[in-house]
Amino acid sequence: MPIRCEIVSQDRMIFEGEADTVVLPGTEGEMGILPNHAPLLSALDYGVILVRYQGTEEAFTVAGGVVEVQPDIITVLADRAENVGEIDISRAEAARERAEKYLAEGPPPDSDAYLRMEAALRRSRLRLDAARRYRGRGARRAGLPPVLEDK
Amino acid sequence: MANAREVLLRIRSVKNIAQVTRALQAVSASKVQKAMQAMYRTRPYATKAWQVLTHIAAQPGRTNLHPLLIERDQIENTLVVLISGDRGLAGAYNANIVRFVLNNFADYEVPVRYITVGRRGRDMMIRRGQDIIAEFSDLPAAPEFADVSSIGRLAVDEFLSGNVDEVHLVYTDFVNMVRQDPVVKKLLPLEVDSGEGRVAAFDEAHHGPEATYIYEPGQEQILDEIVPRFTALQVYQAVMESLASEHAARMVAMKNATENATELGAALQLDYNKARQQSITSEMLDIAGGAEALAQR
Repeated sequence: MPIRCEIVSQDRMIFEGEADTVVLPGTEGEMGILPNHAPLLSALDYGVILVRYQGTEEAFTVAGGVVEVQPDIITVLADRAENVGEIDISRAEAARERAEKYLAEGPPPDSDAYLRMEAALRRSRLRLDAARRYRGRGARRAGLPPVLEDK
Repeated sequence: MANAREVLLRIRSVKNIAQVTRALQAVSASKVQKAMQAMYRTRPYATKAWQVLTHIAAQPGRTNLHPLLIERDQIENTLVVLISGDRGLAGAYNANIVRFVLNNFADYEVPVRYITVGRRGRDMMIRRGQDIIAEFSDLPAAPEFADVSSIGRLAVDEFLSGNVDEVHLVYTDFVNMVRQDPVVKKLLPLEVDSGEGRVAAFDEAHHGPEATYIYEPGQEQILDEIVPRFTALQVYQAVMESLASEHAARMVAMKNATENATELGAALQLDYNKARQQSITSEMLDIAGGAEALAQR
């Protein structure tokens, strides 16, 4: 019996569907959730959510949030999330460079701008990592055309 | 008998009004589209967040889970967050929500304080001598969560500090373009049986009423983080719903105004034609009468 999985970010529905296993980046470590899991409420770290269903796998990046697990449904409330297939690599690369450059200039830590840039850096690194590791793989297995790699 | 020139002036002013209302209608039509999209985008998250909150609150032993979930034995003060519009010319939109809130809370058994969002609601509540502890107006046209989170935080703070013992949220629920319903939602403390029958039934069926969560990292940390934030989020979603409702109400009001003005213009045009014909007729009679008099001489 599959488990229902819903991933929403603050501005849209990211994913809605069935799953056999869902791997989540909890703050206390990675967790794999199977159907009929005990009710669980956990904070999420920056990381990748993997939704496996009948031999296919879809990957999503998530930048913090909360997950609620019920025996037959997993609800991910992400601060930000996206399907790895949607990641614009050149944009993420540019964002990373911008953030690294800004942080290298040594602005005062603890300022709003500093914290924002740090978060942006973490996000873009996460996106790039996820794109490198999961691009194509899941999509091919799901019978979709492989995503074209940016140069 | 109206004279032709006066009628002409009225026709002109009616036409001007029609032009203005038509323009406002077009503006509202585009704004309502944007507001609706924004609202539908944030709706899933807000709905899920509310579900999670009700799940948490539905647990046995909720009383010691989080201060925001605790039902107080004695209600001494109530806080109402009222969401209205900043601008008028939106038909009965602002009047409806104010009438609705007064119907519900004017004869409330305990003193009621208000936080108003929107200038119109604030003005009307002041005129009716209500106790307003804070007001928020001039919200941006497309508010982000950060723009309105302070409203929710304030409500949470008032509740936690003990100034008030319950918090209600009153806003206009966007049903569709022609229907917007004022609703009241109990925000704090969280009510479990607020018509969420599906959730309750689901809980019973799947893990019995005694099931409790496993919390990671810790119960306190996670509840402290999500309960206030999700509560503030409900206020945000209410603002988004109200905004879409306001634009929709304005669009419909302006459409009616345009139609009325067009109708009135047509009626006045008839009056004008009649008056003009009458004046021509009387002039001709004058001439004919004069000619007759000359011929008889």
